[in-house]
Amino acid sequence: MAKKLPKTDVVIIGVGWAGGIIASELTKQGLSVVGLERGKERVTEDYYMAHDELRYALRYELMQDLSKETITFRGNEKIRALPMRQYGSFLLGEGVGGAGVHWNGQTYRFLPYDFEIRSMTEERYGKDKIPPGMMIQDWGITYDKLEPYFDKFEKMAGISGEVNPLAGKRSNEYPTPPMLHTPSMKMFVEAAKKLNLHPYTVPSANLSESYTNPDGISRAACQYCGYCERFGCEYGAKADPVVTVIPVAKKTGKFEIRTHSYVRRILHSGGKATGVMYTDMTTGEEIEQPADIVVSTGYVFNNTRLMLLSKIGKPYDPATGKGVIGKNYAYQVIKGNAVGFFDDQKFNLYAGAGSLGVCVDDYNGDNFDHSDLKFIHGGNIAHTFTGQRPIQNNPVPEDSPRWGKEFKANSLKYANSVLTIGSQGSSMPFRHHYLDLDPTYKDAFGDPLIRITFDFEEQDRELARYLSDRCGDIMKEMGTDRILKMKELGPYEITTYQSTHNTGGVIMGASPDTSAVNNYMQMWDMENLFVIGASAFPHNSGYNPTGTVGALAYRAAEGIVQYSKKGGLLV
Amino acid sequence: MSEQDQHSQQNENREATKTKESQRMSRRKFLTRSGYAVGGVVLGGLLGYLIPKEETKPATPPAPQQQQKNYNEALMFFTQEQYAITQAAVERIFPADDNGPGAKDLGVAFFIDHQLAGDWGFNARDYMQPPFYVGEKTQGYQGRINRREIFYIGLRELQNYSQKKYKKDFPALSPEEQDAVLTAFQNDEVNLTTISASGFFNLLRSSTLEGVYSDPLYGGNKNMQGWAMRDYPGNQMTYTNIIEKDYTVVPPQSLRDHL
Repeated sequence: MAKKLPKTDVVIIGVGWAGGIIASELTKQGLSVVGLERGKERVTEDYYMAHDELRYALRYELMQDLSKETITFRGNEKIRALPMRQYGSFLLGEGVGGAGVHWNGQTYRFLPYDFEIRSMTEERYGKDKIPPGMMIQDWGITYDKLEPYFDKFEKMAGISGEVNPLAGKRSNEYPTPPMLHTPSMKMFVEAAKKLNLHPYTVPSANLSESYTNPDGISRAACQYCGYCERFGCEYGAKADPVVTVIPVAKKTGKFEIRTHSYVRRILHSGGKATGVMYTDMTTGEEIEQPADIVVSTGYVFNNTRLMLLSKIGKPYDPATGKGVIGKNYAYQVIKGNAVGFFDDQKFNLYAGAGSLGVCVDDYNGDNFDHSDLKFIHGGNIAHTFTGQRPIQNNPVPEDSPRWGKEFKANSLKYANSVLTIGSQGSSMPFRHHYLDLDPTYKDAFGDPLIRITFDFEEQDRELARYLSDRCGDIMKEMGTDRILKMKELGPYEITTYQSTHNTGGVIMGASPDTSAVNNYMQMWDMENLFVIGASAFPHNSGYNPTGTVGALAYRAAEGIVQYSKKGGLLV
Repeated sequence: MSEQDQHSQQNENREATKTKESQRMSRRKFLTRSGYAVGGVVLGGLLGYLIPKEETKPATPPAPQQQQKNYNEALMFFTQEQYAITQAAVERIFPADDNGPGAKDLGVAFFIDHQLAGDWGFNARDYMQPPFYVGEKTQGYQGRINRREIFYIGLRELQNYSQKKYKKDFPALSPEEQDAVLTAFQNDEVNLTTISASGFFNLLRSSTLEGVYSDPLYGGNKNMQGWAMRDYPGNQMTYTNIIEKDYTVVPPQSLRDHL
């Protein structure tokens, strides 16, 4: 029998960006919040020895322990899904701050087009533009309605940036000026301008200068140390939940974080959530935490899996297209890029920051004419300068061997002479891409793992090729000696790192028939349960998702406060 | 030789004391740039306790002595035979040349030995639950054996294949013959019953690069010579002062310098 604890106003599952934002906003309004986090406590002092590529980047120090839980994957329904036994394609965070600790900090806003993608695509190109099986749908909210929440997230995190001429309208400029430009970033800007594109500095959660946010939190400027992605920031210069929203929540005295607390079920009766059941990982004890409001703020896979394990909402059935939980799993098309080898020029590639870079959106969203193209949407094209750490970065020309004398000579020659222009291609949902519970493989408790059924489609192959060519155009203009471009996207594989931008599974929308949550992230089927994260995205855009997750979290926080007073469905 | 290369050559020859000096320099610059010294705001992060540490307890790495024994250079996992095969193989993957030392002199075989002895060798943080099926290439490694066992089998098979083909142990082969053996493994021309030959080769290759370029604390990248060959500065507190500049060589520091 589970030990039952006293009831709290709100329990949140997973203390990352979404959980931290909910905790800070709700406790400010006087609600008592318990945050359950399955990993450990994290503080900035943990990162004194963080400039360690082997430990953090190759041995995944900050990531979820796959021996206890992983995902299974298959390219399509005819293949047997098998577990992701080691990390590759994406990295799952764990511990206080979640994946918000080891992100790069590139903080974009999705485009107005994203939120009304079906209507706007049909309007401009006609219904036939959307191929059979592509499940794009409007998000049940417009960009303009979401704008104040983007603004709030950016001010809290102190985002450094300059206005993107091709994005949605902003109510305010960025709170801090753009990051410094390296010589290669200047080359990119010049080249892009020559091609009549609209370059701008990547919006950065690595602070360009010291900053005090509206909550009174002060943080130091980024030192361009070159250790962001996969690492924690020893300066607190990279916005993460541990140095921004969590201390604000703690200061109210109304937020209690319980680490090593692995939530396994959302409990419910009579159509309402009553609390959660979790296992204390230090004792093995099962504990029940009753609450008036339950907020699931885990990663995409955890949010979806928890709904399925707790039997909440109608599971998606790809055969009929009915049901919503697990629907519209999407990813990103990252491989369309161009690598330039400079024979007579060297760059300080060892330096950098996770969100140091310059980019263009001329080929993102519907910023360009798709009439003669065999895909919709597009992707952000960027030259980022994130710190080329030596174990993972040994680019050599195509005709060079991968080991031996010649490899060594080439890898040393080009160690500081290779620039990359990459694209972040959007990912459209398809009827046969989804998440469900695996019939075979289990976690450490004996609960089924989540199963991914996903592969790249013709849309993705066309998009990757197109974006790769556009990256090549800019690289050529930058004056390189030779360019290595992606040739063929190939099938989706779980083994190579691409992007930790998985989306969908508990998607938002205007109707309970086609979505799981409304535009306050409130479950249509269970009014006191809110599910927040990129799990709410009906498709994935051509940008990093965190800015949009942050905006949705601030909107949800407003909704939860409203709900705590009046109850009922908010939409 | 270009100007940049000359710089890098000089830097390689720089003494430890100079590195320490520049470390102090960069720390001072860092403090100025970060605004700590000028701003009245108390900033979070590590800044607070970095400063008293710097003033009261200067870093005290052991004084470099000629011919000092490195007690870290002993075996935790490999037999002497396995160590010899590994050392010969990694040297072919990353050989000594005019640029500098190869994997052998960088301590890569010790690095791999030490890594296999720990949780990485046991795949402790990987999902190793049954059932095991042969999967699609896109689904990644699906074997039931861990990295220790892969090395155990792979090294033995390198030896067997060398004996079969050349009637010699792998370490006794000429460099060209060793390359031919490794190439046969890389291209799966060798048929192993329990593991894939190319899978073993890829693991050997990736752990060689790890040993060449990881922080020297792990036993490879001896004296940061792996980093020096490609002008990688290792662990530095700040690059704010060079980020806008043209190519600049910064003498490397390890995590030991940071303690």
